Amino acid sequence: MTTGRKIRQRAPWPLLLLGSVGAAVFVLPLIGLATRTPWSRLGELVTSDVVVDALKLSLLTSVLAAAISLVLGVPLAWLLARVDFPGRPIVRAIVTLPMVLPPVVGGAALLFALGRRGVIGEPINDATGFLLPFSVWGVVVANVFVAMPFLVVTVEGALRNVDGRHEAAAATLGASRLTVFRRITLPMIGPSVRAGLVLAWARALGEFGATVTFAGNLQGRTQTLPLAVFVALEQDRDTAVAISLVLVAVSLTVLLLLRDRWWSNGS
Amino acid sequence: MIRRAAWCAPLLVALLLSCCAGRDDDETLLVMAAASLTDAFGEIEVAFEAANPDIDVQLNLAGSGALREQIVQGAPADIFASANAQIMQALVVADLALVPMGFASNELRIAVPTGNPGGVTSIDDLANSELLIGLCGAQAPCGQFARQALEQAGVDASVDTNEGDVRALLGKIEAGELDAGVVYASDIAASDEVDEIELPRTTQVDIAYPIAILTESPNPHGAASFVSFVLSPEGQAILRIHGFGP
Repeated sequence: MTTGRKIRQRAPWPLLLLGSVGAAVFVLPLIGLATRTPWSRLGELVTSDVVVDALKLSLLTSVLAAAISLVLGVPLAWLLARVDFPGRPIVRAIVTLPMVLPPVVGGAALLFALGRRGVIGEPINDATGFLLPFSVWGVVVANVFVAMPFLVVTVEGALRNVDGRHEAAAATLGASRLTVFRRITLPMIGPSVRAGLVLAWARALGEFGATVTFAGNLQGRTQTLPLAVFVALEQDRDTAVAISLVLVAVSLTVLLLLRDRWWSNGS
Repeated sequence: MIRRAAWCAPLLVALLLSCCAGRDDDETLLVMAAASLTDAFGEIEVAFEAANPDIDVQLNLAGSGALREQIVQGAPADIFASANAQIMQALVVADLALVPMGFASNELRIAVPTGNPGGVTSIDDLANSELLIGLCGAQAPCGQFARQALEQAGVDASVDTNEGDVRALLGKIEAGELDAGVVYASDIAASDEVDEIELPRTTQVDIAYPIAILTESPNPHGAASFVSFVLSPEGQAILRIHGFGP
């Protein structure tokens, strides 16, 4: 604690300067947003049907996407970190591809795979009539596609840094591999899993390109907050700014709350 | 050593690109054009640059509404070609665009994927909730025109998605993800993956495309010659090929 305080007092000026410029990159756009906000009409704008529908949908789909990312992403991260299978570097690169790929391209690729005429989408649709594009589940799938890599990368990094002796000790005491994973590994990487989960959720909440390409845009069904901002930007800037502010408020609230609860005592 | 070289590689590529991509001695002309003009203006760009080798035309193609917003926000553009006279008029009133001139017209059609898998036969089928129907959003001109036509025909469309611009809508019809959508005749002319269904005569909407030089144009001289080219017989011939009317 005392060493931490000392370092803070004597921040070397180059770090202070560059760090402040770095912070300004994020603070200035927020100030820009605030100066354009129609504060007097804000209440009326953010309670309109469009905004309420989009907010509900955004919360639902981003939480679902984060949950699915957790259930599928942690095992995937474990495989990537612990199992030396052939082609592992390629699989790892493909898993992180959505982080660099323009989301619109990702959305188009999802359409070619899971759309009505897609490689997998067509047989599924023929057999069951189930269709992902233009549905709420389409939004969730697009969100998972762009968000899960953040969880996988975070968790895989943590798994690689785990001291293997605890796991080895448990195994010699007769614990099965699944038990070791559940009782030893998972608790040790807990903070990273939570951090990855929050990153994935945040990415899903802000998702635009893959959603609009794969799931379309319909109020109440597939129009999330970012899509509503996009539409409003071309019609009525006040509404667009108001929706953006809702998005910022929701994200900041969740990130601040989770940071206090999860991160400060977790690491 | 190798690791360090790997870190430098993206930087080197960026440096190389930035030094070779710039053509500083050319005049540039930034043309904001409605998404429906994508192919026609692409060809006009090539023909215009061939006739004016010292001018480098850059096309910025998007929905007219998005383009208007970019112009209002101070995009350093020279020309605006809009699919909607009202959007252009708003810019003229705001003193952002000079005198607009009509340079093309268009009509609405229903586009269906080749082979018409949804079995669409008329505008009435757009009300069928069993089919996947797309329109442009109400913020885009093609969305406003489509809604006018639907209203005239008394059809309450069962819309599954409101796409951002006409090319995004067309793309989803071409891919067979949508059964039908209302687009421009020019878009159908541009695509060999869709079939067209005409709207009833009574629902035809008058669609005129205006072009104007922007008040803040950094290159008004080049802009004037581009507008003349679009209005010239050569420019008009290109627009006809792409399905636009006079």
